[in-house]
Amino acid sequence: MMNAKIPTGPLKDKWTNHKDHVNLVNPANKRNIDIIVVGTGLAGASAAASLGEMGYKVKAFCFQDSPRRAHSIAAQGGINAAKNYQNDGDSVFRLFYDTIKGGDYRSREANVYRLAEVSGDIIDQCVAQGVPFAREYGGLLDNRSFGGVQVSRTFYAKGQTGQQLLLGAYSALSRQIAKGNVAMYNRHEMLELVMIDGKARGIIARDLVTGAIERHSAHAVVLCTGGYGNAFYLSTNAMASNVSAAWKAHRNGALFANPCFTQIHPTCIPVSGEFQSKLTLMSESLRNDGRIWVPKNLEDAKAIREGKLKPKDISEENRDYYLERRYPAFGNLVPRDVASRAAKERCDAGHGVNKTGEAVYLDFAFAFERYGATEAKLRGELNPSKERIIELGREIVADKYGNLFQMYEKITDDNPYYTPMMIYPAVHYTMGGLWVDYNLMTNVQGLYACGEANFSDHGANRLGASALMQGLADGYFVLPYTIGDYLASDIRTGTIKTDQPAFDEAENNVRDRINKLMAAKGTNTVDFYHRKLGKVMWDKCGMARNESGLKEAMNEIREIREEFWRDVKIPGTADSMNPELDKAGRVADFMELGELMCLDALGRNESCGGHFREEYQTHEGEALRDDDNFAYVAAWQYTGDPGKAKLNKENLYFENVELKQRSYK
Amino acid sequence: MSNLFKIFNSSTGQKVIMALTGLFLCVFLVVHLMGNLQLFKHDDGFAFNHYSQFMTGNPLIKIVSYITYFAILYHAFKGLIMTMNNRKARPVKYQVDGGWANSHWTSRNMGILGTVLLVFIVIHMIDFWYEFKFGNLPTKKYIQYDIGGELKNMEFSGEKFQARVKASLGQINDFTTLEYKDLYKEVYATFDKWWYVLLYTISMFAVAFHLWHGFKSAFQSLGISHPAWNKTIKLVGYGFAVIVPLGFALIPLIIFFS
Amino acid sequence: MNLTLKIWRQKSPDDKGGMVTYPMKDVESHMSFLEMLDVLNNDLITKGEEPVAFDHDCREGICGTCSMVINGRPHGPDSAITTCQLHMRKFNDGDTIHIEPFRAKSFPVLKDLTVDRGAFERIMQAGGFISVNTSGNTIDANTIPIRKDHADMAFDAATCIGCGACVAACKNSSAMLFVSAKVSQLALLPQGHTERTERVLKMVHQMDAEGFGTCSNTGACAAECPKEISLDNIARLNREYLRASFVSGE
Repeated sequence: MMNAKIPTGPLKDKWTNHKDHVNLVNPANKRNIDIIVVGTGLAGASAAASLGEMGYKVKAFCFQDSPRRAHSIAAQGGINAAKNYQNDGDSVFRLFYDTIKGGDYRSREANVYRLAEVSGDIIDQCVAQGVPFAREYGGLLDNRSFGGVQVSRTFYAKGQTGQQLLLGAYSALSRQIAKGNVAMYNRHEMLELVMIDGKARGIIARDLVTGAIERHSAHAVVLCTGGYGNAFYLSTNAMASNVSAAWKAHRNGALFANPCFTQIHPTCIPVSGEFQSKLTLMSESLRNDGRIWVPKNLEDAKAIREGKLKPKDISEENRDYYLERRYPAFGNLVPRDVASRAAKERCDAGHGVNKTGEAVYLDFAFAFERYGATEAKLRGELNPSKERIIELGREIVADKYGNLFQMYEKITDDNPYYTPMMIYPAVHYTMGGLWVDYNLMTNVQGLYACGEANFSDHGANRLGASALMQGLADGYFVLPYTIGDYLASDIRTGTIKTDQPAFDEAENNVRDRINKLMAAKGTNTVDFYHRKLGKVMWDKCGMARNESGLKEAMNEIREIREEFWRDVKIPGTADSMNPELDKAGRVADFMELGELMCLDALGRNESCGGHFREEYQTHEGEALRDDDNFAYVAAWQYTGDPGKAKLNKENLYFENVELKQRSYK
Repeated sequence: MSNLFKIFNSSTGQKVIMALTGLFLCVFLVVHLMGNLQLFKHDDGFAFNHYSQFMTGNPLIKIVSYITYFAILYHAFKGLIMTMNNRKARPVKYQVDGGWANSHWTSRNMGILGTVLLVFIVIHMIDFWYEFKFGNLPTKKYIQYDIGGELKNMEFSGEKFQARVKASLGQINDFTTLEYKDLYKEVYATFDKWWYVLLYTISMFAVAFHLWHGFKSAFQSLGISHPAWNKTIKLVGYGFAVIVPLGFALIPLIIFFS
Repeated sequence: MNLTLKIWRQKSPDDKGGMVTYPMKDVESHMSFLEMLDVLNNDLITKGEEPVAFDHDCREGICGTCSMVINGRPHGPDSAITTCQLHMRKFNDGDTIHIEPFRAKSFPVLKDLTVDRGAFERIMQAGGFISVNTSGNTIDANTIPIRKDHADMAFDAATCIGCGACVAACKNSSAMLFVSAKVSQLALLPQGHTERTERVLKMVHQMDAEGFGTCSNTGACAAECPKEISLDNIARLNREYLRASFVSGE
């Protein structure tokens, strides 16, 4: 069932050899081949643009009103590439190595190496498209460094790198739409995959404006539908980000790999109240200059929570800079999973600092003083007062992080120039996803998955600035080559007709499901159930998991799911614009996925990357990986009940790196 | 040519012509004001009447005047058409207008201010331009004489003239007589009516407000924008918007009150 | 705090639509504006009424989906934010808040506060790109140095999120700020020079074909722009357009 199709030969030649030997489709035949691309974020937009440009007839779908609104746009920090422009010893191998190690050795060597290999091309491509990356005064590209690595390889455009890259891909896509090579379907949501003779041959989509159910056929279907972080209700994902397309694929036989690998980002703005709908990320880059702490004494923490004390009232010796204390080598710059768990540990121990007790301080006071003192010297100010130094320091920090500080203030009404920021971890990215082979094809023939929607490159933890890299690598430089290998055998098929029984059946499934949702006419809103699901997921399948909690969670999720189908209340009609109905369909799928995530977490009796099982930790509280028993990809097969999914294991082989316990001490 | 037509008939192209005609009319305003200031010369209206004659007689000026008519008509009617089309670009209006928070009211009311100005121009043209060209304005004779190498002008009648002629006999090298329509007198007569002065003064407020936005806006439409110049353009525009209309408004006021 | 909401309700594009009043009780000041609407919608659904349809997605001010005019101002009474970044602390107890969709002929209302901004898509398709294939065979990114100030200006223009607040704020419903931001970004970068003449002509002509009004330089667009896109970009577009009129080879 699973053949990863990893090319033979030395690691560094695999991709080149593979490209040289895959089947090609000649230009005349490409015109007769339809490809459906679902989702138009970095992976989808770049794939649709590239495929259209190559001559395929592409249909692209997004649920937003424009491809430009896909959530890739929210990525802040940057994109990695092994360009070695800074001459700090970077190389393809180092990027590969850092990514494998950062992912806690749970990803495929060959895929990750290819990712590192094409990373440089991405930067060339984006610059040629007019992406305005940050530059130095000499006019050349600037780089910054990111968590977990020792070189500066991150290209960035202030705090809006994802936006700029997406707009670049969007402009390439717009060009192909104008040329007629891509037909764009905005405000359309894929609701079912159509399978004919075991191959993916089309989709059923709903026009979210008119409610019309449409049939679309193609010779191949590419899912670039992003991650499933919204299973937790509160996450940094966009409100409508969902797993539905991938889940429909899973129900039709596609394996879902490593669903429990979710990334919890350490620097998000904490939850402020029960109506909270969304969490906001503060760029990881803030940890370069901010120091994270909580009050050492429980009484102080309590007084702060009750508003009796302010952070400035806590003297230096009564503060616990817990990351610096626990990880002296990396300090505040430990990888995301480590920083997140440490914050949770402190808050669980009662040291949290906001009303909910779930927040820690990210303090820039030292950065103000450090930068201020340097700046005073640069300006030739002798014996500046402390106030003057801090004032100068604030200016320097404003230059670096001004937009982030402003964003924080707009949301919290606290001015981080005068009082420490409060942060707490939040669900951010999902490393798991549809299982794909080296060609990015799922185990379903003709069904591909790119970007965050697949599982392939980040293992159990993704390094900062690697998501953008993977999305674009898949869409621009991998899929366009590999998809031809499959389609070469399809040149005589001709147009796939949509009046076949398989389409009837798929459409009926969709209609039945919608009717069932509309017919429930119960008492609670969709959000009510989504919140309930999210709380179970966060409490029991979040930053720390244990066997009994996961078992409970599976039962609870099943109950919530049953109640949902019985008692959900959806207003309006199915044959018109109905955002509540759209949401209900998505939440229904999260409720199935949630159970699978717990099942996966339950089966993985080790701690690695974003997956932390309380039973498997060192006596110092660090994650304890078990390479002998768990160096595999858990690819789950749908059996009709997500809690009874069948496990398929793809063993991971490491021939070019040595497996080591990660240590940041 | 059709391409050029397409280019200048686009939204951006139209704005370019609006800007060019607008700026041309600004220059016209300055020339007009200079002319009007001749009213205050103590020369029995010679300079003013001479200027009036010159503005209607000189063939070069004639060409310029046709350009001016075109500029006024284009600027006014194109402006009105654009304003009306722009209203159509939002068929359903907002229940609450928040324009005060994001823009200056002059910029939002260029169409209304412009319409006021158009009405004023029509009245103004009927009263003076039409009267001058086609009406029965009495003429006035002047003698222009060369005294000690210096040209001087004087009304060709009255006691003052006779006294001066007597006193200067023998010193005059050469002289000619000139006859002009006496717009000078007409102006003084018109500006003796309070309601007329009021109309003029109000209209000059409209000019000021129109220029307040229009001057800098023209530069923006022409793409003339640079961090180093923008402030200067803005300040010059505001100065222009105050000084020029003030100059125009002072004339009827001074005449009325003196 | 207690508020009175007056919200534009319109069933479909053909429906006439009108303002409907909803009292809101116990709104907390730390809630975001959209969370306040979530609460309203929750109440409406529970009561068996249809919730207010409004566009939103990222809720962190970057996707450009949310689009409301609040008390006459696109994205409401705060500067440099989108609706989703607006918080209730900007309002006072007892306030009446008028909520309307972005209004323009080119942005037809689909339902309630949701509008169709497809016109922006077509403008982008007309020329908002650099014609380079995604082959990966481009030249090395550092081959062409770009002046830092030009790169920075191009970036500032490129931060446009395409929300349409500029159109909604403009009394003429002009899309000049949106179009000029893209024209500027690509005109400022050497990569975009080859196509600059065609690009500006095509994008402006498409903008006109979509039925947007003309720019009268009121500056309302820039004042309401959540990303503070500068009016300098409109001047640059005018300049590019004028230049194109002289060098266009058609």
